[in-house]
Amino acid sequence: MPQIIVEDLVKTFQIAERAAGLWGAVRGLARRRHHTVRALDGVSFEIEAGELVGYIGPNGAGKSTTVKTLAGILVPDSGRCEVRGRVPWQQRIPHVAEIGVVFGQRTQLWWDLPVVESFELLRDIYRVSTAHYAKKRDELIAVLDLAKLLDVPVRQLSLGQRMRCDLAAALLHAPPIVFLDEPTIGLDAVSKLAVRDFVKRLNRDDGVTVILTTHDMDDIETLCTRVLVIGNGKILSDGTLADLRGRVTRERWLTVDLVDDEPIADPDATVISREGKRVCLAFDPQAVPPAEMIRRITSAHAIRDLFVENPPIETIIARLYAAQIAT
Amino acid sequence: MRHRLRPYRAIISARFRMLLQYRAAAVAGVFTQIFFGFVLIMVYEAFDRSTTAARPLPFAQVASYVWLGQALLATLPWNADSEVRAMVRSGAIAYELCRPIDLYNLWYARAIALRTAPTVLRVVPMTVFAMVVLPLIGLDEWRLAPPTLGAGLAFACALVCAVMLGCAITALINISLLWTLSGEGIVMVTTSAVSLLSGMIVPLPLFPDWAQSVLQWLPFAGLADLPFRVYTGNIPLDALALVLARQLGWTVVLVAAGRWLLARGMRRVVVQGG
Amino acid sequence: MNALRLYGRYTAVSIRSQLQYRASFAMQTIGVFLITSIEFLGIWALFDRFGQVRGWTLPEVALFYGMISITFAIADAIARGFDMFGAMVKAGDFDRILLRPRSTVLQLLGQELTVRRVGRFAQGVLVLGYAIRYGEIDWSVPRVLLFGGAIVAGVCVFVGLVVLQATSAFWTTESLEVWNAFTYGGVTMGQYPVSIYRSWFRELFTYIVPLACVSYLPGVAILGRPDPLGTPVIWQWLAPLAGPVFLVVCLQVWRFGVRHYRSTGS
Repeated sequence: MPQIIVEDLVKTFQIAERAAGLWGAVRGLARRRHHTVRALDGVSFEIEAGELVGYIGPNGAGKSTTVKTLAGILVPDSGRCEVRGRVPWQQRIPHVAEIGVVFGQRTQLWWDLPVVESFELLRDIYRVSTAHYAKKRDELIAVLDLAKLLDVPVRQLSLGQRMRCDLAAALLHAPPIVFLDEPTIGLDAVSKLAVRDFVKRLNRDDGVTVILTTHDMDDIETLCTRVLVIGNGKILSDGTLADLRGRVTRERWLTVDLVDDEPIADPDATVISREGKRVCLAFDPQAVPPAEMIRRITSAHAIRDLFVENPPIETIIARLYAAQIAT
Repeated sequence: MRHRLRPYRAIISARFRMLLQYRAAAVAGVFTQIFFGFVLIMVYEAFDRSTTAARPLPFAQVASYVWLGQALLATLPWNADSEVRAMVRSGAIAYELCRPIDLYNLWYARAIALRTAPTVLRVVPMTVFAMVVLPLIGLDEWRLAPPTLGAGLAFACALVCAVMLGCAITALINISLLWTLSGEGIVMVTTSAVSLLSGMIVPLPLFPDWAQSVLQWLPFAGLADLPFRVYTGNIPLDALALVLARQLGWTVVLVAAGRWLLARGMRRVVVQGG
Repeated sequence: MNALRLYGRYTAVSIRSQLQYRASFAMQTIGVFLITSIEFLGIWALFDRFGQVRGWTLPEVALFYGMISITFAIADAIARGFDMFGAMVKAGDFDRILLRPRSTVLQLLGQELTVRRVGRFAQGVLVLGYAIRYGEIDWSVPRVLLFGGAIVAGVCVFVGLVVLQATSAFWTTESLEVWNAFTYGGVTMGQYPVSIYRSWFRELFTYIVPLACVSYLPGVAILGRPDPLGTPVIWQWLAPLAGPVFLVVCLQVWRFGVRHYRSTGS
């Protein structure tokens, strides 16, 4: 029985239109024009306990609407949704007692208080027993390296430190499901690695189901085996990263640094970009194996350096999205 | 001359436009102030009916006094500029020294914007309500009576001087913010003094007789009490010159004090570092 | 941890938070005390000149003034979370409240207990002291209990008003100032016995926002003097019950507002 079931979720919003200028404002007092936005247009998926799912899509695609619905904050217009056997918005309090949510751009900690006091307040709010709290807290402090931060007021923490504390705070009540919304945004490289490492361990060792919403494709590539792509309120893709790439494009990119500034071409490759001596070629790995393409290029030109990669996820998503619009 | 005034005009109009954005808040504010006006007038009505002794102000004049106070509430220096407070807190105040204009004039211009923009939004609806709507709904005895022509013109002059005086006090309040903590204390004391001694809490003539001479000569009377009583005719037209003299006299004194204080305040800011 | 104990925790946290800014907090407390004292100075001046207002003397009015000041100070200190709710909704922070397994009302009440309101509280106590000293009030045990009940009921009414103000923020965050007419306006109006006001005004504050029921009527009973409005004594003693009833109604409206928020999103 899947832990999270979403079936045909529909949610529309009425956005009030604001006419510009003084006359528009006066008219707006009398009657507001609305246009309807279909934030969720029949979204369906299932998530088993212990999965680490990436949830991506352009801004305004419906990501946060989905997360809010799953969290029980938002009531959809129609459709079915069950999390651990409960309908989230119908049983708000028991439901939110079993989930953890981290918003990357907003902290849930109390601004003026030392971190440990925020933890204690959350312990009381979530009714965690003293024994369980102590054990969990010590665990999280050790793994996230928070020992020196406990007595520091939250307002004095750096962004990276705050994110680690927010992660701990969301897990104090040992929820089986965790929603992470942009957890690495604005973080320096070291902090990003620390957060990713922590999330991986959380999922692998503790079996916590993680739903990760992010724009950072490195997050997706390092953490997620499964990726859900949403665009315009519809699920565009649901599968592994490899599936996603395969669905949209069978393509590899070969980037070479030429020794001499000379023209470069191959019948089976297209030049995507050229900056001076750096050229990027795209080719179909099933038509020409990468090793063969490398051999062809290096035998025809003097090369200083080269590398082969998959097209960046952003390109894949954009193409997926464009393909969906075209249909 | 106009060229020299340009930076001040720009500052004032920018602030104006910002404050004008809060239209919905202004509507809500008018409603709230009408309510307060009702309560105050009813209180005075009750007091008035409870005695047959001589009154320094007949009830009809008290009613007009109250409505003038509500309509022109924003012209009184009862608050400091939050923008200035934020600048001091963030240290951006040091940038003030980089501006190629007279510093006090800049602060005075800011005060003008702070005092006049909120007023513009509220004074017309309040006046229309107090003068026109009240008689229409059967509360004629509470209305803001229109002034005689002479009184009206005299009031216009006294109001201009009152605003100038109010801006000088506002500038002083803002300047004292440069001293952060003690500055907040000064702001509090000044705003309390302003509300009491300008006649906004109780019209000054209703205070005990022994206090009248002191009250009349303090600067605050010129902010509201004196112009309002010119409007209602309680202060006769031939006394107008004395009223204007008192308002302008205090304005000159407070502007001088403001200039001196500002110089010392900015020096202090520079010494403490940004 | 049950609700009451959690509220206690919240309060301790809030007070400690505010005491960090000790100097500023002390200054603001003094400031509030100053401003409210000046208010009473104005009333004193009017009595000095007029002697009495519709048969009410200054010590009698001082009782009403003291009661409403104390009541409002307590309510204002408790309901700060609801008072600031407009800003919270605008910043999108209400979602975090919904993500916690506790009632929204408990969380918002626990948001802050504003200690600097003690300035108005102290001033109210002083004025009440004046009323006790110079008024001829017979403080029997029932009257003391009625006094306590009236204060509690009054706090219910003011908190209810702030809850209504917060609920309106679900629809628009722009015109919240309108509610000041009833909260601050209510305090100003409650400083005097409502018998001095016009009948339509009295009725507004008896049947719609029952401030008269929690200040004037019990006040008359405590003073033990005949009511110029002719209310039977039994109603004077039972009237404060209107306070909690009003609050319950306001909380229902709040729940409706939360439902609306959850179906339309932020």
